[in-house]
Amino acid sequence: MPSLVNPFSKDSNTNSTTLDAYDEKKTIRRSSVGKAGSRLTSFFSTSPKNRSSDASLHSTASQQTPFSASNQINSATLSLPTISLSTATGEKSKTEGPLTLFQPPSPVEVRRVQRQHAQFGPLGSKNHLYSSRFEGGEFPDPIEDEPPYFFLLTTYVSYLILIIFGHVRDFFGKRFREERYRHLKAQNGYAPLNSDFDNFYVRRLKGRINDCFSRPITGVPGRFITLLDRRRGESDFKFQFTGTTTETLNMSSYNYLGFAQSEGPCAEAVEACIRKNGFSTSSTRSESGNTDLHLETEELIAKFVRKPAAMVFSMGFVTNASSFPALVGRGCLIISDELNHSSIRFGARLSGAMIEMFKHNDMNDLERLLRRVISQGQPRTHRPWKKILVAVEGLYSMEGTMCNLPGLVRLRNKYKFNLFVDEAHSIGALGPQGRGVCDYFGIDTSEVDILMGTLTKSFGANGGYIAAEKHIVDKLKATNAATMFGEAPTPPVLTQICSALRIIIGDVAPGHGEERLQRLAFNSRYLRLGLKRLGFIIYGHDDSPIIPLLLYNPGKMPAFSHEMLRRKISVVVVGYPATPLASSRARFCVSAAHTKDDLDRMLAACDQIGEVLQLKFSSGIAGGAEPIPEGLTNAEEASIAQQLENGASVTIKPPRWRLEEVLKRTVDDVKDPLR
Amino acid sequence: MNATTSSPNVTIPAVVLDLQTQLLAYLTLAANYFYRLPGSSIVLRYIKSSYQDDPVRSAVELFLFLFAVRYLLAPKYSTRETGSRGKGEVKLSEEEIDELVEDWTPEPLVPPQTAFEENEMEKRPIIVGPTGPKVKLSNGRTVTNLASFNFYNLLSSEHLKDSAIQTLRTYGVGPCGPPGFYGTQDVHNRVEADIAAHLGVAACILYAQAFSTISSVIPAFSKRGDVIVADSAVGYSIRKGLQISRSTVRWFQHGDMADLERVLKKVVQEGKGRQLTRRFIVAEGISEMVGDIPDLAALVELKTKYKFRLILDETHSYGVLGAHGRGLTEYAHVDATSVDMITGSLAGALCAGGGFCAGSDEVVEHQRISAAAYTYSAALPAMLATTASETIRLLTMGGPEAIRQLRESIKVMRAQLDPRSDWVRCTSAIEGPILILVLKDEVVRQRNLDRDDQEWLFQDIVDECLTNGVMITRLKAMPVMIGSNPREDGWQPTPALKVCVTTGLSKKEIEKAGVVIRHAITKIMKRGESQMKRISDSSR
Repeated sequence: MPSLVNPFSKDSNTNSTTLDAYDEKKTIRRSSVGKAGSRLTSFFSTSPKNRSSDASLHSTASQQTPFSASNQINSATLSLPTISLSTATGEKSKTEGPLTLFQPPSPVEVRRVQRQHAQFGPLGSKNHLYSSRFEGGEFPDPIEDEPPYFFLLTTYVSYLILIIFGHVRDFFGKRFREERYRHLKAQNGYAPLNSDFDNFYVRRLKGRINDCFSRPITGVPGRFITLLDRRRGESDFKFQFTGTTTETLNMSSYNYLGFAQSEGPCAEAVEACIRKNGFSTSSTRSESGNTDLHLETEELIAKFVRKPAAMVFSMGFVTNASSFPALVGRGCLIISDELNHSSIRFGARLSGAMIEMFKHNDMNDLERLLRRVISQGQPRTHRPWKKILVAVEGLYSMEGTMCNLPGLVRLRNKYKFNLFVDEAHSIGALGPQGRGVCDYFGIDTSEVDILMGTLTKSFGANGGYIAAEKHIVDKLKATNAATMFGEAPTPPVLTQICSALRIIIGDVAPGHGEERLQRLAFNSRYLRLGLKRLGFIIYGHDDSPIIPLLLYNPGKMPAFSHEMLRRKISVVVVGYPATPLASSRARFCVSAAHTKDDLDRMLAACDQIGEVLQLKFSSGIAGGAEPIPEGLTNAEEASIAQQLENGASVTIKPPRWRLEEVLKRTVDDVKDPLR
Repeated sequence: MNATTSSPNVTIPAVVLDLQTQLLAYLTLAANYFYRLPGSSIVLRYIKSSYQDDPVRSAVELFLFLFAVRYLLAPKYSTRETGSRGKGEVKLSEEEIDELVEDWTPEPLVPPQTAFEENEMEKRPIIVGPTGPKVKLSNGRTVTNLASFNFYNLLSSEHLKDSAIQTLRTYGVGPCGPPGFYGTQDVHNRVEADIAAHLGVAACILYAQAFSTISSVIPAFSKRGDVIVADSAVGYSIRKGLQISRSTVRWFQHGDMADLERVLKKVVQEGKGRQLTRRFIVAEGISEMVGDIPDLAALVELKTKYKFRLILDETHSYGVLGAHGRGLTEYAHVDATSVDMITGSLAGALCAGGGFCAGSDEVVEHQRISAAAYTYSAALPAMLATTASETIRLLTMGGPEAIRQLRESIKVMRAQLDPRSDWVRCTSAIEGPILILVLKDEVVRQRNLDRDDQEWLFQDIVDECLTNGVMITRLKAMPVMIGSNPREDGWQPTPALKVCVTTGLSKKEIEKAGVVIRHAITKIMKRGESQMKRISDSSR
């Protein structure tokens, strides 16, 4: 196998004539096809062949309609020796120095930049930056708008129809297509592998829209994401790869700070690390998987989240699953937000502690619960609890809401419980310095006992961490099962974490980390306000990079997903059981890699689809209001305020802005409190 | 609503005894309204006729109707409140609650470290630079590494490094999402197909971490009410899987097929006449805690005979046993499809990362939506997936030779330890590259050593070896659940030393390392002997 020279480093002159992003892909694919000698893999090998022949076609296709806007921007920014190009990768700007307006870039160069921008878009204007931080005062609960009753009713009716159809199909299927139901029936004295009842939802509801989930991809999940096209067989409902790929705008990956890149300082560092330290330690942390790189990463994470010590894990899920049993047990109580992630539930159940839940983000409910459990003590014995651990998430991945940290800290000081904050989504994504919810709210991290987070999302790596006081981390390092029996994080992953953290902190390429944070904050608010103004129901807090758009009807989930895919945008749609039955939604994850033009494209697509699918039903109570009319004097405004105070009912007009208006006004309005 | 219930009364003169005219007027009014309702006459006729035919039935129906009304009007209640909790709850005033809140002092979040933990943490070696057969430690010394699962020394392969870098340059590092939401990359599909083809089964699913694979696979299939029969010496992650499944767990003596049959028989007998539930046998390919290999042929025979499904955890045997590293199934010449679920690790012998579960299409597809560690976790980094694909290819092609070499190395190492040492014996199977060394029974008896003593001794041996330039480790005891009764600790492995053999060392080097280990054991045990004597002397 030919060792691949990095086509982007300057010293790869020998290869420079054939430098081509697609060529590179081709060589890799071909060699890996050759490697796979199995019957089953040959089924995958068809796709790369077709894909490589499709590559040239694909690159020309991308010049056409859907990407014309972004391409123009690319070439425009390319010809300008501005700092905007240096945003993604530090040292690239040097090579682009000699470029002048009059020298057209070579095709190779164009493709290189195109590839780079497909992973991380260039910043369009300095105006597209914002620094998010909590403004103080009472942390408001986001207002959740409701659709007209007609839509709620049709949602339930839709489910009813789906269920009836499912049962009818089951009835006939079980009689005429027995072989497909074999795993649901007891046979030969074996009980069915899956319960018929439990499996019904998957079989008859999710099964219908399977093509919206688990779409396989190839390449980097950056600003754009390349989907492998697949088609569902007529007879067996199984997916067949068609051999083609589609490059889509990525509104689905948790790539908040845009560190999913195969080039730039992070990738350089990772490559150097693989050369030097290899790709794995092949051991557990407590045995021989304890390297200086692990300790360095832990120190850096601790410094970043502002805690005295930290420890890393090779998987985010297991961080929670193994840390709860190491912290609490019988005689202890875990109080968990009702919407907490599955890994917290998993860990809590393993710990053997009692579990109580409180209403999502409802501090009054939590206080009521605390008063009850502390005063009553343990069930039956009424002995006092040994410890109470309140577990919340920093940013909820389905709702886009943040935890009410000021409220939690107030309660913690009064009721003396221990606070566990899972920053899986918030670390890197929130706060003026990207250090999570504590940073966002300006709260000292000593007010939170355990800060947990994942390294999968904002840092483009993998794994999780726990940060706490030194004595807690030391104890956990000795008693946490994942440290003893789970594999240690691998050196390349650790290097990715370190270099991403160094960029965010500003130790490497000063300014770039800050720019990423500010782009994310701007993008989040921009898309959110734009969607609200167009008339959609959007959940969550204003600064959250997770933007759920409510669809309600189950049939609108696949419709929305397909319409988006037709416009070459990949989105995530979620429905029951991940959400309540009636509130199916599409979820957008904003990234620092997106440009304003990407978000405009997104708004335009949502605008069109929203009309077709009748999704614009916001009542206006949650924001997106019309602008204050021109020429409204302060006196007039004051008189309106006076009237409102006197109890005059204010009629909230449902926002239904025209797209042009949204695009024109939203950039400036994003920086004010959203209304 | 009232109208319908009272209307029969109106038409029945026997019921109207001394009613005031007022009430009668109301009732007639109600009846009038009722008659005006469309279809009311039909209802009335029905009630009348049914009463004539069967008065008991009408009474029952009326009762049911009233019950339904009461049920619908009843306030919503939480099941928690009326449970055992609610009954025992003491009514307290707000002031009293404030006082109790004031009074309550929680324990510190974690207890202080024990002396043993402190000692271990302090002495845990820190490797600087790459992991391989020889590693450099933070104190500047280079030692022989017999603690990693780097059996074939794949970690030092330049070819694998190149392939990892290629993947990095195409896919980046992390996939930034769970498999269900655009986290499945083509390399994941490829490695799944590679593993399935390597094992010779229909399908395979890739997990992001080996440790959490089995704890997620078990609860994906086995639910409350199902029965699991498990080997009594299974490792920690299997135990956690059993715990979270909430199934009924029965244990059989480690590796004892006769005992297994006894338990299976009992379960089948108990299940007679009841609804058929799912039944599973859980066993390990190479036991994590003991190191031996179960009789798979007998296991499969028993599972077929008693109609159980077999979950085989090959975390330590995949890539190690069999001529091509296909694991226990290849080693025991059993068709891999006769085992229902095979889980394994790609992070051990294969030097990549992640875990997998292989089986039939249904088994695999079911996990894609119901195995927590798959559905709710980010996918495996692409470079680890391609590394796994590569190492599987290497094993398939160069397997027999590499595995023969490994067997040689194991033999050389064992020769230095098991028969020669007066103090320890090896419980591992002769094919196992992880040598688990426990104290001989007579030593334990003579010196009256409890678990803690043995752990201390072994920790000292590990430290002594490291001083002499050989890094080995100790078998870690499983963490005990906090707050659990010390008497119900459950099974714990016998304290042991762990020596991992690698082909990255020459025969001479292995021999030398073996001698170092043997001497270290002798030194510490001798010292231990004199110390013990002193203690017993002084106590006398």
